[in-house]
Amino acid sequence: MSVASQDTAVRTGGFVRATIYLVLIMFALFYLVPFYVMLSNSLKPLAEVTGGNMMAIPQTWTIDAWLAAWSTAQIGVEPTGLKPYFLNSILMVVPAVAISTILGALNGYVLTKWRFRFDNIVFGLLLFSCFIPFQIILIPMARMLGIMGLAGSTPGLVLVHVVYGLGFTTLYFRNYYAAFPTELVRAAQIDGAGFFRIFWRIMLPVSGPIAVVSIIWQFTNIWNDFLFGASFADVDSMPMTVALNNLVNSSTGVKEYNVHFAGAILAALPTLLVYIVAGRYFVRGLMAGSVKG
Amino acid sequence: MGFLDIANVTKAYGNTEVLHRVDISVQEGEFLVLVGPSGCGKSTLLNMIAGLEEITSGEISINGRVVNGVHPSRRNIAMVFQSYALYPNMTVGQNITFGLEMHGVPKPERDKAMADVASLLQIDHLLDRKPGQLSGGQRQRVAMGRALVRNPDVFLFDEPLSNLDAKLRVDMRTEIKKLHQKLKTTVVYVTHDQIEALTLSTRIAVMYNGYVQQLGTPQEIYDTPANVFVATFMGSPAMNIVPAKVVINGDDAYAEIEDSNGAKQQLKFNTNYLQEWNGKEILLGIRPEAITDSEGADRNAANVQHLTNTVGVTEPAGSDTFVTMTLSGKDVIARMRADVSIAPEQRFDFAINMDKAVAFDPKSEERIQP
Ligand SMILES: Nc1ncnc2c1ncn2[C@@H]1O[C@H](COP(=O)(O)OP(=O)(O)OP(=O)(O)O)[C@@H](O)[C@H]1O
Ligand SMILES: [Mg+2]
Repeated sequence: MSVASQDTAVRTGGFVRATIYLVLIMFALFYLVPFYVMLSNSLKPLAEVTGGNMMAIPQTWTIDAWLAAWSTAQIGVEPTGLKPYFLNSILMVVPAVAISTILGALNGYVLTKWRFRFDNIVFGLLLFSCFIPFQIILIPMARMLGIMGLAGSTPGLVLVHVVYGLGFTTLYFRNYYAAFPTELVRAAQIDGAGFFRIFWRIMLPVSGPIAVVSIIWQFTNIWNDFLFGASFADVDSMPMTVALNNLVNSSTGVKEYNVHFAGAILAALPTLLVYIVAGRYFVRGLMAGSVKG
Repeated sequence: MGFLDIANVTKAYGNTEVLHRVDISVQEGEFLVLVGPSGCGKSTLLNMIAGLEEITSGEISINGRVVNGVHPSRRNIAMVFQSYALYPNMTVGQNITFGLEMHGVPKPERDKAMADVASLLQIDHLLDRKPGQLSGGQRQRVAMGRALVRNPDVFLFDEPLSNLDAKLRVDMRTEIKKLHQKLKTTVVYVTHDQIEALTLSTRIAVMYNGYVQQLGTPQEIYDTPANVFVATFMGSPAMNIVPAKVVINGDDAYAEIEDSNGAKQQLKFNTNYLQEWNGKEILLGIRPEAITDSEGADRNAANVQHLTNTVGVTEPAGSDTFVTMTLSGKDVIARMRADVSIAPEQRFDFAINMDKAVAFDPKSEERIQP
C-alpha cells in the first residue's frame, strides 16, 4: 500500500502538508474523544464519574465496572450481566455470517458463470432486497417465523439476517466473479470438474479478498443490529445490543454510568476487533474488481 | 466419414445466426486451422467441438461417435485457451494433473504422466511454481502440457500464440509443428493470423461472417482462392486486385488494364477460359511476388508478361524490396529481390507471372473457374 501511495501522491509544499496533518489530527481527535470518555469513565468508581470531571483520567483505577457489566449487572429482571447475551450474539452472528457469505458466493458463481434465462432479473430482485427498509418486513417476518416455529429463537434470527444479507453478499461476489476469467471455468469443465468441484477447487481459493469484505460487512451489520433483535428475540436469544439497551434502562435508582460505559465498549469490541484484524483486506477487496493489480 | 466430422452445423444466439451450415470433415492426424477476421465465428465453432457451446442444429462426431450433448470432459478432447486459463491457485504440476485427478486416475500414474509431459516440453524445473511466477512462454508450455497429458483424440487450440511477443510466437509455432509431427494427433487450431495458418496447417478453413469461405490445403488457398475475400485475407502483403477488361483476340484472352499514365496495356492469360467474358469487366488478382523485374521473374514460369509503368514508392525491407505503383486506379504492390535496381518516378519494365494470376467475377467476387 505504502509503495502505491508514494507513486500516486502529488508532491506538496511543507505548509500545505502541515495543514493537511492538522486537519487530519483534528478529525481523528473528534472521533477519538467519545471513545476516550467511555474508556476513562468505565475505569473509575461511580462516585468519581458523577462527582468529577468527565474528561479527567481516573484517580482511582478500577475494573469493577467491567466485571459488573460482564457478569452481575441487572439486565431487565435478571442480574446476569451481559455475558449470556454476548454468547447469544456470537451464536447468532457466526452462522448468519457464514451461511450468507457462502450462499452469496454460490449465487455470484451461478450468476456469472452458469448464466441462465432471466438471470439478470433474478439478480435485480436480489439487489432490490438491499433497499427494502427493515420496518416494512417486521410484521410479515414475525408471522413467517411463527409459522416456521422459529419465533423468539436464535435460528430464527439467523434466518432473518441471512435473508437480509443475501442481497449484499450476492452483489459482492457477483461483481468479483464477473472479472474472473470464464475460460478458467471452461478449462475445468474440459478437465472433468463438475459444478461444485469448480466452485470449491477453482473459484473459492481465489475469493479471499471479497470473502473478507463480505464477512466484515455482514459481521458488523448483524452484530450491531438492534431492530430485528428487539423484534424477533425472546429473553433466551436476545442479542448483545438489546441487552445493552436493557442494562441502561433497567437500573433502578442511581444510573451506574461507569457500568454502562463498560457494557457499551464490550458490545462494540468484536466489531472493532474484526476491523483491526481484517480492515486492510477490506479496502483491498473493495478495490479488487475495479483496478487490476 | 472423417475422424472429426462437422456436418451441417449452425449456431444461433436467439434470432441471430452466427454460423451458417458449416461442413468440415477432418481426417485422423490432420492439422486443421480455422482462420478469419475477428468475430467470424472461429471460437464459436471450436467451442462447439469442445462442447462448451450448444450446437443449434447439425451434428458433430469425433472418432465415429456423435458428441452432440456429450459433456466436454467425455469427448476425449483437450483445449488450449488464448489466455492459457491456468488455475492460479495451483502449482504447475497440479495444473497439469488436475484433469487426470478429476477422471480418477491414481496418483502414481498421474505423476508418471506429468513427468513424461514435463520432460517433453522441458518444464521439469517449473513444476512447483504457481502460474503467476511464469513468463508468457512458460505459461504457454504449461497450458500445452495440460492438454497433452490427457492424451486426447483431438487437440483444440484457440489462438494460443496471440499473447506472445513476435519472436516467441515464431519459436512456439515451430514447436507446435514439431510436436504435431511427433504425436500425429488430430488438431483444430483457431487463429486470425494467416501466416500461422499457412505454416502450421495441413488444411485451412477460411471463415468470414459465419461462413466457411474456402476449405483446402495451404497451397490451394494461396494459389486458387475461392473469392476476393480469401485472396486478400491470406498472404501478406495482400493479393493485388485490379479491375480489368477481358479482350479476346483469336485463341488468346487478354486482361486490359490502365497504367498510371492512363494508357491501356494488355496482359495475356495462360489459357483462354474467359471466352464468355469477352468485353466484360473482371477483377484480376496478382500476388505481389508475381510482379518482379525481368531478371527476377520465376524461371519456371510458362507465361511472363511485360508491363511498363511508373514506379511509385520503393521500400527496401531487408530480404525483399516492396515497390508500389498504380494500375487501373488501384495501388499495387510488387515484391522484388533486395538488390533490384529501381528508383521512384522511373518508367520500369515489370515482369508479371501470369501463371499465378486469377480472375474474379466483379459482382459475386467469386473466382472464375478455368
Ligand atoms: N453469447 C453471445 N451472444 C450473442 N452473440 C454472440 C455471443 N457470443 C458470440 N457472439 C457473436 O458470435 C460471433 C462469433 O464470435 P466468435 O467469438 O466465435 O468470434 P471469433 O471468430 O472467435 O473472433 P475473435 O478472433 O475476435 O476471437 C460474433 O459476431 C459475436 O458477436
Ligand atoms: Mg475467438
